[in-house]
Amino acid sequence: MDSKKKDLFITFAKIGLFTFGGGYAMIPLIQKEVVDNKKWVSDKDILDVVAIAESTPGPIAVNAATFIGKKVAGPAGALMATIGVVLPSFVIIVAISFVLETFQHLRIVQYAFRGIRAGVLALILKALFTLLKQCKKDVFSIALMSLTFAASVFLDINAIILIICCGVMGIIVTSYRRGREKNDIS
Amino acid sequence: MIFLELFWTFFKIGLFTFGGGYAMLPLIRSEVSAHNWISSDDIINFIAVSESTPGPFAINIATFIGFTTAGIPGAVCATAGVVIPSFVIILIVAGFYEKFNKSRIVKGAMTGLRPAVIGLIAAALVSLGIEVFFPAEGGSLSHTLISVAVFAVMSFLAFKKKNPILIIVLSAVAGIITGCIPGL
Repeated sequence: MDSKKKDLFITFAKIGLFTFGGGYAMIPLIQKEVVDNKKWVSDKDILDVVAIAESTPGPIAVNAATFIGKKVAGPAGALMATIGVVLPSFVIIVAISFVLETFQHLRIVQYAFRGIRAGVLALILKALFTLLKQCKKDVFSIALMSLTFAASVFLDINAIILIICCGVMGIIVTSYRRGREKNDIS
Repeated sequence: MIFLELFWTFFKIGLFTFGGGYAMLPLIRSEVSAHNWISSDDIINFIAVSESTPGPFAINIATFIGFTTAGIPGAVCATAGVVIPSFVIILIVAGFYEKFNKSRIVKGAMTGLRPAVIGLIAAALVSLGIEVFFPAEGGSLSHTLISVAVFAVMSFLAFKKKNPILIIVLSAVAGIITGCIPGL
């Protein structure tokens, strides 16, 4: 294996090992390692990487690793970077699952998790507000938020179906708006 | 066959999650609960584990559900499933990413997807909240009151931008203390 691919693997393993919270928390670390230290991509390119990682499906960390790996050393590089970012999580979680299986029936652990479950709800609430703050709040997006919420809670409609519908609706509404703007100008 | 099912389920989850992190939660709930692989309680417990261990949430939860369902081979199948759609799509898009970033269709789809993800996470939060505050098994008035109190305090800390790991540790301590008080 040539040194560049090894380097990709090690760099992304480091990134995977030292990011807590995943996703966006990973971007500053990627920036530091990949732009500042290794100079694999430029400051401007990293913004493109983030934009792509956000608008393609899947975990942001995996998207970014694959993209940068491909850019630096082709598909094989993409593979090494992706395995690198995944492997630390994988090993740690398998180890923790063993531990959880052994201890989860203990009463003290059950008490702890009763508190933790309420705390986790707070973390999700916080994440929800962060997303809400970043999202444009026009009539269309507020309507979509409310509709997906209601369809999921009250009608129990599958999340994948709702995601497909909203993506298609986004395409239709933005092209309709664009058409109307054109008409207004002419 | 369990391995194929794990792979396929997480493949679908990987393919339809936009935005990463908690955006995956609604899909995990609707796809995984249908299989009865793990309970909602276990999913919430695991979110805490995932927040306190390194790595992306998606990988962590795929590995965890794969492992608890079918051991290490199960963990490999679920994790490969959640990674492969991203990997393939990025390899394809990397060839023309400037066009992709400017594409009207992509931008249009994202204007629909962002609010959808928010609506779905809110829905997941409500149903998880009902299960946490009013569990089907072992629920009681004191359980509900304790959970609501912990949730309120931790929400306050979360909005004060305290570290998630600190919040989880404090919640665990609160759970242990209230659990050890007789009569509660």
